[in-house]
Formats: sequence, structure tokens, C-alpha cells
Amino acid sequence: MAEPILTTTGLTAFYGDFQALFGIDFEIHAGETVAIIGSNGAGKSTFLRAITGMLKTPGQNIRFLGRDVGDAPAHDLVRAGLAMVPEGRKLFPSLTVEENLLIGGYGRSGTDWTLEAIYDLFPILAERRRHGGTALSGGQQQMVAIGRALMSNPKLLLCDEISLGLAPIVIKDIYAAVPKIKAHGATIVVVEQDVNQAMAVADRVYCFQEGRVSLTGRPGELTRAQISAAYFGLEDGEAA
Amino acid sequence: MDWINAIIQGVLLGGLYALFAAGLSLMFGVMRFVNIAHGDFIVMGAYGALLVVSLTGIHPLWTLVLVVPGMAALGYLGQRLLLNRTLGDDILPPLLVTFGFSIIIQNVLLELFSADSQKLQAGWIETASIPLAGGLSVGVMPLLIFASALAVIAGLQAFFYRTALGRVLRATSDDADTVRLMGADNANVFAIATAIASAVVGIAGVYLAIRTNFDPAVGPARLLYAFEAVIIGGLGNLWGTLAGGIILGVSQAIGAQIDPGYQILAGHLAFLIVLVLRPQGLFPKMKG
Amino acid sequence: MSERYQVHRSTRASRVAMSLFALVVLALAAAPWWAGRGDLRMLVEIFTYVGLAQMWGLLAGYGGLVSIGQQAFVGLGGYMLFALATFAGVPPLAALLLAGLIAALIAIPTALVAFRLQGAYFAIGTWVIAEVFRLGFAQASALGGGSGMSLPAGIVRDIAASAPAREALIYWLALGLALAAIGMVYLLLRSRWGLAMTAIRDSEPASESLGVETWRTKFVVYVATAGMTGLIGALIFLQKLRISPDAAFSVSDWTALVIFIVVIGGIGSIEGPIIGTIVFFALRELAADWGAWYMILLGGIAVATMLVAPRGIWGVISERWDLQLFPVRRRLVVTGAKADARA
Repeated sequence: MAEPILTTTGLTAFYGDFQALFGIDFEIHAGETVAIIGSNGAGKSTFLRAITGMLKTPGQNIRFLGRDVGDAPAHDLVRAGLAMVPEGRKLFPSLTVEENLLIGGYGRSGTDWTLEAIYDLFPILAERRRHGGTALSGGQQQMVAIGRALMSNPKLLLCDEISLGLAPIVIKDIYAAVPKIKAHGATIVVVEQDVNQAMAVADRVYCFQEGRVSLTGRPGELTRAQISAAYFGLEDGEAA
Repeated sequence: MDWINAIIQGVLLGGLYALFAAGLSLMFGVMRFVNIAHGDFIVMGAYGALLVVSLTGIHPLWTLVLVVPGMAALGYLGQRLLLNRTLGDDILPPLLVTFGFSIIIQNVLLELFSADSQKLQAGWIETASIPLAGGLSVGVMPLLIFASALAVIAGLQAFFYRTALGRVLRATSDDADTVRLMGADNANVFAIATAIASAVVGIAGVYLAIRTNFDPAVGPARLLYAFEAVIIGGLGNLWGTLAGGIILGVSQAIGAQIDPGYQILAGHLAFLIVLVLRPQGLFPKMKG
Repeated sequence: MSERYQVHRSTRASRVAMSLFALVVLALAAAPWWAGRGDLRMLVEIFTYVGLAQMWGLLAGYGGLVSIGQQAFVGLGGYMLFALATFAGVPPLAALLLAGLIAALIAIPTALVAFRLQGAYFAIGTWVIAEVFRLGFAQASALGGGSGMSLPAGIVRDIAASAPAREALIYWLALGLALAAIGMVYLLLRSRWGLAMTAIRDSEPASESLGVETWRTKFVVYVATAGMTGLIGALIFLQKLRISPDAAFSVSDWTALVIFIVVIGGIGSIEGPIIGTIVFFALRELAADWGAWYMILLGGIAVATMLVAPRGIWGVISERWDLQLFPVRRRLVVTGAKADARA
């Protein structure tokens, strides 16, 4: 089997003196969709921040596309093919929808995704292209954030809580885009609190609990009891 | 008639003040950074022009060709090597480091060029004027400076709204952290912003040297004028900054018309009045 | 399992230091009997800078208010002293106190204007206001306009009959003001205002949400420091016997040097400004005839300090040995069974 596109081995991370991650082993292969689930504060977002270089992890063992990137700064990783849809969307309020998308392609390599391709994926954005990024509905803003990340032609796309605060119907629309994104050849990590949504979209699942991986597996092979034990840490499942 | 003349001169002087202010406004906009040595950088540009003229004997306006790129390069390196290290949540380091630079620059200039007042002679262009109706006239040089201010601001505006790099600078102003996820290196973006601001400072410095007497100690006053133009105009709006510069120039001209001793004071008072009545400035940035 | 906590302020080091400090103060108070006239003058200058540095440090290091306009209050204090003594016939010492009071009163409307600006813009705003004072006094012809005025000989004699007595009196006033400035910072930091200020410095939004009234705290600190700065300014010009707008509202003498002193000595402490003043005067003795190079050196040291050790000389010392001579910080001391529970 080929080397995974991204691997972390025993990854730890700190906010000042506070340790947020305790030895995470993680891997994802090209073409996979992996979901990370877990309750609030389990370390999911910290994990994404650590692998994107937004949170400094000096000397840590992170490999991306065959390269050690534990010390690499975020902008370097983005140029190497990593893109993130950040938690809370983080659109640039003084830029229009189209400018938000264009800036996503600032450090791009390759020509896979174009403005037209993004507008094909989310047609509503074409109508709103001249609007201010933050003048849209929550769902539309999320579409801009995903489109902005895709504009860099990522080999690996990280999505942090893209369904948070959105209505179910809107979440369905947004997740409908995932297969199309995969068809463009991107590998995807989604971080989700919504377990059902994660199970529906993922090839494999990692469950985080208090900064550790409490469970991994394929959605079909995991039982409800196992998941709730790993998620909430209530029962003596395989969590300990 | 004297009054109309004073106001016209004040408007034109406002162009020079807008040039002083544009760099300050730009740096604050992109990285929330205020350079206390901004006025001393302008004076450094003026001495740069003086040096070039005395070494080569070219016309003062031609020194722009050397001073502007020189200041831009200096700005880039200074931001990259020193000032980036001061950025963070604490406002003290950038303020106190640039305040230190201000004092250092003034004293280095004093050692190198003495405290003597200097001025660059620009020949016919300084004395030439265009007659207007009713016996009024405007000098070619003030007009040229004003036109340059318009061009610089229009150019900056086009750069910010029409280019990929300009977009990155605006995005950095919104949220510098998230810009890193776009593949842009903050340290480099900040240095580019300072380089652009310093290029404008270079232009302002050359014009300062041609238009007025200057000595190593005049920098702080230029910082205050620049600051006043920015606040009067409203933060984050370059055309507002031009308007702020004009209001400041006109206030000073009116003050001087009453009594020469009131020139600078009138400008400061106009600023304080705006600050009390409209602390957000006259033309604050609209939400996009 | 019983753990006990006690909140302490003083430590053994601080008690020793306080005793030493008291001895030094006693020796200094006796200086008119053992020091020469030149030394006395120099000490007066040192004391005024200690006072000014304490005030600036209080504003910036604790109140988060970086001012480049404190010369406004130095000059105001000086001019008020001259005006009150010359035109209202107020005895010089009473005029001194009144000058400080007036400086504090004028700081009230000043604060209302300057507080409309935040952070770095506040700094430049205070500078503009100081310039307005300088230019305004330059227009006041009764006070000598741009060239200033001297204190009339009759009033000078009112201070004290003989020159040595006058110098001794000014010396004691300067020492007293320096101690008062230190005491003011000390007491303010130990009061509830002190806790509020530390909270504001550490996180303005957080302390706002904790109900600390940021604006009012800053306002009180600003006005109080202005009053003390004005008092010191009045004394400076009582010693000089001559005042002019450029000397009274000099940004380099009354603010730039003071900023360098506080930055080099250590911002956010009482010890820092004292150490900074000593370093500053020692350097000045060494480099007295270097002219502009002296300022370049001083500025360079301040910039390097800010980049390498932002808490200054005292910050390095107190971190290295966990020292605090003026006990304003509260320490949590764990006593009882599990004192060393934290690994």
C-alpha cells in the first residue's frame, strides 16, 4: 500500500502550559474521506490547527506527502497542498464573495478549481458574487469558506465543523458537495460533532476524547454502544 | 482676496499632508501598527534627496527615482528584521521601539548633517505660477504636489482593489491569522505593506525638501500632521485621509492669516474639535 | 489532606530591602550637610526624574496608557507656579502645591479628549495636546510669550533667605516628591485600584467583563499622575528660576528621557524606574560630552531592551531571583500537608 497522504505519530500539542493533545496517531490515504468526531473540547480543532501549522508543534512527527512538516509554517503547508475550512468560517468581511474565493487561490498550485467550477458546485454564490462576504446567510457563508479552500487546489482538504449552527436542510446541501469535491481528487478530513452526518460521509472514523484517540474504525463495523462509549467516555467500551 | 488665496494655499498644502498621512494610514490599516518614527522617516527621505542632489547635482525631482525605491527597501528590511518582532497583543513594544527609532534617527541626522536648516532648490518650477481669475495664482510646485497626492492615493486604491496582493493586504487588515491559511506569509505581507508605505514616505520626503526648510528635528511635527489627517478623515479610508489633510492645511492657512503664530495651533485645534465632535472621523470606512 | 493557603505580600527579601531603603533615605535626607552644591543639584535632578519615571511607569506599565505628552503637565506645573507667584502673590511653596492641583484639574478635560483615542493613537493624541499647550503659552505675552520669563528676585528671596538655605529646601522638596511619587504608586497598586489596573493591563476585554470599570480606573490614574507630574514640573522650574515654552513643554527632556529610563529599568515595577534613573545618570556622567551620540546610545539601549528583555533590567533580576523589593504583588503561599503537590 502507498504511503498515507498524511500521518501523525504520537502528536502532542499545548496551549501555553495546557496540554490539549496526548499522542495522536492518525493517518489518511489518498482518496479517503475520514471523519473526526468527539464532544466539545476533545481536541478535534486543536488537531487540525496542529497539522496545518496554525498551532506551533516544534519537533513533532507529522508527515504530509512524504515530507516532515512538524516545523512547517501554515502558509508553506497551504502551498504544498493542504487547505482548511476553519471553524466559524472566518470569511474576510471587507472582501466580496468573489474576492474571498480569489484570495483562496493566492498561493495555489495547479489549475483544477476555477471560479467557474466553484460556481458550478454552489450556484447561489455566482448570484451573490458581488456581495460582501459576511452579508450572506450562514449556509452561503459556509459555501464561500469551502470554495475559498478549494481554490488552492488542495490535495488534502480539512473541514472544521462545517455543519455547526446550520439548519438540517442547509447541512444536506453542503454535504451534497462532498462527492463532487472527491471527484476532483481531493482527500477530505471532516471534523464533526454530528455523529450521524460523519458516519454517512466517511470511509473511516476517528473518535477523540480528552485529547486522545478513543476509537477508530469503519462506520459499518462500529456499534452504537462503542461509539457512545468513545464519544462520551461513559462505558467501559474500547475507550480506555 | 487674501482669504481666498490663503484657503487655496491651504488646500494645496493639504495634498502634502495627505502624502505624509497615507503611509501611516496604510500601516495601521494592514497591521494595526503605528510608527512613532513616521515623521522622522519622512525627514530621512528629505535628507536622502539632499544627499543625492549634492552627490550627483541632478534636479531635486529626479531624486524620487532613487529615494523612493531606497526608502521602500529600507522599509521592507526594517519591518522584516526588527519591527515584525514587536508585533503582538501588547501595544508597548511597537510603540516604544519606534519611539526609540525616532530619537535615534533625529540624532544620527544631527551628527551627519548638523542642525542647520536645509532646503532643495528646484529652479524655475518653484517660482512658476499659474494665474487664476481675480488676481489669484497658484504655484506650479504646490499644484504638482497636490496632483501627486491624488495620483498616489488613486494608485494605492487601485492596487488594493484590483490586484491579488492588494486583496491579501485588505484581508490581512480583517484577519491576519486566517490569511496564513490562504498561503500568505504574514511576515512577508507586513514587510510589503511597510515597503509600500515607505515608498510613499519617500515621495513625501522629497517634496518636503523642495517645498520647505527642514532640519533633523522637524520629524515629530510631520508625524502629528499625518496623524491628524488620518483621524480627521476617518480610519481606513484613503480618500478620507486626503480630505483630512486638506482640512488640516486649510485650518493652518486660516490660522496663519489671522496671526503667523497661530498657524500650527489652528491645525491642532481643528483636529481636537473633530476628535470631540466626531471621534470616528468625518469619513469613516464603510462596512463592505 | 488539609491544605492551607495564605496570601502574602511581603517576603524576607522585601523586608530586608525596605530596611535598607529606609537607611538610604535617611542618608539622603542628611545630604545638605555632607554633599557639595554640585552634588545637591545633581541629586535634585535625579529625584525629579525618579518621580517623573514613576508617574510615566504607572500610566504605561499599569494603566496601559502610553503617553508621549506628559511634558504637558511638567510645563503646566512650571508655568502655573510662575504665574501664581508673580501675578497673584501666592507664596512659592503654596504656589507649588496649587500648581500640582491645577495640573490635575486641567487633566480632567484633557482626559475626556485624549481617551477618545485608543492605544498608539492615544499616545500621539497626548503629544498633540502637549503641543497645543506649548504653542498656547508661546502666545501668552503676559508670561513672556515665546521667550519665556524669569522668577522675579523678590519672589526668589521668598523661598528662603540665603542661597544655601534655598538649595537645601529645594533639595528636600525634591526628595520628598520622589518619595511621594514612589509612595503613591505603591499605595495605588496595593489598593483596589491596583488590582483593577493589573487586570486591565493583562486583558482589557476580560476585565471589562469582570466588571472592572476600565474607563473610570484609567481616568483616575491619568488625573492623579498628571497632578504629581505637575507638582514635579513646578519644582523643576522653581529650581531653574526661568521658564520658556520650549523648555517647559520639551518632549525630549520630560518624556523621551523618562520613557528610556522606564524601559531600560523595567516597565511594570516600582524598582524599574529607580534603577533606570541610576543607569541613566551614570551613563550621562560617562558620555556627557558625546553630544548627539549620547542620545543615540540611550535610544539604542532602550530599543534593544524592548526587543530582547521587554521587562527591562529589573524584569531580568526579579525573574532570575524571584525578587520583589516593593511588595505590591500578592503571593499565594501553600502551607500544610500537601505543600508540594504540584509536580
